[in-house]
Amino acid sequence: MDTDKIYPSPSFSPPVVQAEDLSCVFRTPKASIAALTDISLSIPAGQMTAVVGPDGAGKTTFLRMLCGLIAPSSGSLQVLGYDASRNAQKIQNLISYMPQRFGLYEDLSVQENLNLYADLHGISQEVRKERFERLLEMTDLAAFTKRPAGKLSGGMKQKLALACTLVRTPRLLLLDEPSVGVDPLSRRDLWIIIEQMVREERISVIVSTAYMDEAERCSCVYVMFEGKLIAQGTPEELRRLTAGMCFEADVPSRLRARQFQAWLLDQPDYIMDAVPQGARVRFVVDEKFRHAGLPFKQLISPGQISLDEKNVHPSAPRLEDSFMFLLKKNEASSSILPPPALSSHGVSFLEEASETPAKEIVIEVRDLVRKFGDFVAVDKTNFCVAKGEVFGLLGPNGAGKTTTFRMLCGLLPASSGYLSVAGKNLRKAAAPARAKIGYVSQKFSLYGNLSVMENLLFFGGVYGLTAEELKKRIAAVLEQFDLLGHEDDLSGDLPAGFKQRLAMAAGLLHQPEILFLDEPTSGIDPLARRLFWRRITELAESGTTVIITTHFMEEAEYCDRMLIQDAGRVLSLGTPGEVRAQGEAETMEEAFIGIVEKARGIGKKESA
Amino acid sequence: MQSLLHLLRRIRSLCIKELLVILKDPSSRVVLVMPLIVQSILFGYAATYDLTYVPYVVCDQSRGEFSRDVLARIDGAGIFDRIATLDNAAQVENWIYDGKALLAVQIPPDFEERLRSGENTSLQLILDGRNSTTASIAMGYVAQMVSDWNGSRGASSPIKLISRSRYNPQLETRWNIMPAMIVTLSLMQILILSALSVAREREQGTFDQMLVTPLSPWEILVGKAIPPVLVGIVQGSLIFAICVFWFDIPFAGNLGTLYLTLFLFTLSVSGLGLSLSAVSKNMQQAMVFCFVLTMPLILLSGLTTPVSAMPESFQIATYVNPVRFAVESIRRIYLEGSGIADIAHNFIPMLAVSAITLPLAAWLFKNRMA
Repeated sequence: MDTDKIYPSPSFSPPVVQAEDLSCVFRTPKASIAALTDISLSIPAGQMTAVVGPDGAGKTTFLRMLCGLIAPSSGSLQVLGYDASRNAQKIQNLISYMPQRFGLYEDLSVQENLNLYADLHGISQEVRKERFERLLEMTDLAAFTKRPAGKLSGGMKQKLALACTLVRTPRLLLLDEPSVGVDPLSRRDLWIIIEQMVREERISVIVSTAYMDEAERCSCVYVMFEGKLIAQGTPEELRRLTAGMCFEADVPSRLRARQFQAWLLDQPDYIMDAVPQGARVRFVVDEKFRHAGLPFKQLISPGQISLDEKNVHPSAPRLEDSFMFLLKKNEASSSILPPPALSSHGVSFLEEASETPAKEIVIEVRDLVRKFGDFVAVDKTNFCVAKGEVFGLLGPNGAGKTTTFRMLCGLLPASSGYLSVAGKNLRKAAAPARAKIGYVSQKFSLYGNLSVMENLLFFGGVYGLTAEELKKRIAAVLEQFDLLGHEDDLSGDLPAGFKQRLAMAAGLLHQPEILFLDEPTSGIDPLARRLFWRRITELAESGTTVIITTHFMEEAEYCDRMLIQDAGRVLSLGTPGEVRAQGEAETMEEAFIGIVEKARGIGKKESA
Repeated sequence: MQSLLHLLRRIRSLCIKELLVILKDPSSRVVLVMPLIVQSILFGYAATYDLTYVPYVVCDQSRGEFSRDVLARIDGAGIFDRIATLDNAAQVENWIYDGKALLAVQIPPDFEERLRSGENTSLQLILDGRNSTTASIAMGYVAQMVSDWNGSRGASSPIKLISRSRYNPQLETRWNIMPAMIVTLSLMQILILSALSVAREREQGTFDQMLVTPLSPWEILVGKAIPPVLVGIVQGSLIFAICVFWFDIPFAGNLGTLYLTLFLFTLSVSGLGLSLSAVSKNMQQAMVFCFVLTMPLILLSGLTTPVSAMPESFQIATYVNPVRFAVESIRRIYLEGSGIADIAHNFIPMLAVSAITLPLAAWLFKNRMA
């Protein structure tokens, strides 16, 4: 291969994006909201660039502005050498943009979608043939060209969307959170395609993402917060921000990882961030202890473990550590991200929880099967969940998680098998039985044109709370989920993180015994995810059983036990440690990919 | 008692939510009111019709050469269909009242004699004023034929046409059209509101959320049916007010009867809409169903063409159309002052539609899984 051709020296190309004092203000009848404030940057050509930031930071606004879909309120913006406000059409002819909700035509087949986008871009028939072949091969969709897009799994849909975006070779490819709701395997495939395009076709890519491991693959990372650019640099430069501040600690023997992590998070004087990782809990100390060794030896964790050299090991910083560090530093001056409001009895509950819990089974599933025609979505599945457990349902897109979930909630009848939730089959049980469960669906189902308060009043009302109870509970959840001051906001206008908190608040108004959460952290930034899991930990301590699906494999570490499903079958069931051991891997993501690929390999051999 | 309170509380919450979803947005409030006023006024001023078929009856007391000649001209005109020949004038009223005949031609016993002796005589026309447009056009045709006949007899014009109209003495089209608007104009909106209500929630994923709450399918049904019924009744009242106060059409009936009819009608349409909604995959599909359904509902309602003037197969089809019975009832309540006893038979088809569509919708809520 002629490498000279493939890697042009970036220094000779002009920047793909050049912004100076770029601002964007949205005016609503009530107020004007600054979506972007004084952004100045210069993004070099021929490389991958990541834009990261919490929800509502202005990432999508920025990308849409690059496409010429939103005009800057002030400042200048040059994209591929053209002024974005005056030459929007010229820019649009040169770029490809994949928005968060890509416009796939669900009733059209994979091939028809590709044809349509090729027609829209005026791709000639000769070019098309070769291009389609290549895209279908890269996306592994060649076997599914006749399938309607609406019938593809989430991961396949996203790959098809990327293929449609790439029917022509753009000079600049813009991707807005391309891997939201996509399983680790499809996510890996997506990135292989993107990296291949950069390498072989010399396109520049700008991607916004909530996954820090994705940002680490990029040459340059821009960190946004509340419409401002708060940091930029190579991943290495950004990682250095938390050098000497990162540690991994062994989990005290009688504690669960999430309990230990919660306790660490509750020491804000010393510890800035903590997250379960593998068999340990990773944490980042406060900036004032940088390179200070272990200044918190006096802290005695529950389980009587001191944080000293024996239990705590220094660790190399990761991008996520620095990201959290940057956000926490900036949030000091902001109001939107207060520390989680948590009960003061934090430590004592941990002591209690370390006692052997009574194993009261609240969910039981035996030989559960669900077929759609010939297709077996869930195949002879067995598991139990005990009261107060946090139970994770993991699996690639289309593995049968959501189907299992819907059957448990009584939304879908089982084809055969036994299932019981709080002692009942919810499909057949009388209405009051459903008051024992709470359900937060994938899309954070809320009434978009109703306000936060109206949504809460509705959900409380249909659960039969009296006016008085409802008032009390609404006050409680508003505070618990940090929604005070937003009661009158339209829920449809809220950023994803707020919607998720409101959906959680609505699902918990009636204090359910069992909480079902379907991908509650999809599209949510690391900071919000931390707060989310801190609340889940607290709920679990108070005896609420939590069933959760997620595509963030590291989140499985918060669970007591978990289940990995693929093609409707149970591949693995056990504690996170047991699953990692089965997958013979250090991290859950590797274990997951290993387990699923191994099972698929066997499946292929069997069918061959 | 406690559980009933719980039930009412749940349904109340659902109704409030539904009404908020419908009414919160100022632009959707405008959509609920403005088209109604504009259409009412438009129909009131602008609607006129062509005539292709007129069922009529004859009461020829003269039975002479001249009367046969006149009647032959009417029969031969192509659009007049003599559906009965009556013996005495008293029967005429029934044929008109039942809506079977649009007009009656009555020829007096001394018709032949007077003409032969060179005297003037008259030909009486009795018209159904409830279908004022068609009746007045038909009258025009008959008048033309009579004057032609007169012309053939020289300049003396021996036959005078005397017309009398039942139920709408001035034969105003408006009188006929406007009361029917009370139901037909709100039809489209009730249908769309109810058809979108479940489809929208399915599309946004909130329907699952609702199904996992203690709300039973029946409660959801009640909560979803009440708001469109309310909206329909308010809209009907608005058009009623336009009829009475703007167009000065005197209301001959009883308000209670009017509202009972309106309620039964909106209920049956909500049932139709909710069933459509429950089978629709998304809002787009629900909208298409609505449009496909609205046209035949209106065309087969007797709003513009009397049902009796339709081909027989279409007449049979009108029996499943709640709009037909609502239009008929409202016209009779409004113009004739009919009481419940007179129109109760019209309630049966409307109730039947509700009794089928509402349980069907409730069943579909739970059993039609997307």
